[in-house]
Amino acid sequence: MSRRVRLWLLAVGGAGLATLFVAAALDLPALGGDHHPYGDRAVHASLARHTANVIASVNFDQRAFDTLGEMTILFAAVVGCGVLLRQTRDEHRDRPAPEKVARPVRRHALLVLPVALLTGLYVIAHGQLSPGGGFQGGVVAATSLHLLYLGADYRALERVRPVGLYETGDAIATSAYVVTGLAGLIGGTAFLANTVLPYGTFNTLSSGGTVPLLNAAVGMEVACAVVVLLARFLDQAVEIEEGNGK
Amino acid sequence: MADAVIVVALLLVAVSATAAVAVRDPVRQALVLAVLGVVLAVLFTVLQAPDVALSQLAVGSALTPLLLLLAVHKVKRRGRKEGRHR
Repeated sequence: MSRRVRLWLLAVGGAGLATLFVAAALDLPALGGDHHPYGDRAVHASLARHTANVIASVNFDQRAFDTLGEMTILFAAVVGCGVLLRQTRDEHRDRPAPEKVARPVRRHALLVLPVALLTGLYVIAHGQLSPGGGFQGGVVAATSLHLLYLGADYRALERVRPVGLYETGDAIATSAYVVTGLAGLIGGTAFLANTVLPYGTFNTLSSGGTVPLLNAAVGMEVACAVVVLLARFLDQAVEIEEGNGK
Repeated sequence: MADAVIVVALLLVAVSATAAVAVRDPVRQALVLAVLGVVLAVLFTVLQAPDVALSQLAVGSALTPLLLLLAVHKVKRRGRKEGRHR
């Protein structure tokens, strides 16, 4: 195919896509407004089950099966990364030498680390009450640990981060989600049905039935998955060298 | 008033996204990507989606740039080593 034909093909395809986009956008309801058929129903269902954060209710109750899929995607992605970034036979590990860290960097990193870690854990714990939840809090908690790499060095990070433990945690958390779903199947009506636990008092940590449990499972899974993912990347960036070290 | 804030946020997103494409050095690109993450988080907050804003902040402006920087570090280190061997 010559360059000219390719450009023409691109132009025709682009024009078609643009027309469809404009046609679809013209049919959309206006931004804002006060008529939200889906929103009203979601809020109603969420309040009926004493879940203060409607988004958490949508994620872990009304569409808990969707979340199981998303969680499995992350799990599979991390497993795939682990396989791709593993140490191959023609590579060897070089212990990185301890490096000097500028004092302000060290001070700030070590100051922010506990705050960030606590923020992450808080966001996970309050997922069913306020914006945030397992996913957001998990990423914050996991990345906050890596401030140790900025503030101290790679060895210090390795000491607080036994990767094997986090890999196990990742798998356990994923299974915990499925097990909670099965509990709904056995004790309630359907897989992941939120009918097993009492709904509790509105706007308290234990409200919402299985929502806090599933939220916590996702939080643990995401935190472990991000730690393992970053560990694989760090291994490649800092430790693993080509050649078998002879 | 609210519309004006949305327009400003959208413009900021467009500017920083264009900058992320226009900057060619991967290290700088990672930093611009972090800025884009923050601006997108602002946009989502303005559009009353704090949950999405939090995800965007955590993933878009912390995790993705970090992974990019680590990948760039690895590639550059390999380049240096090959240069030495030659």
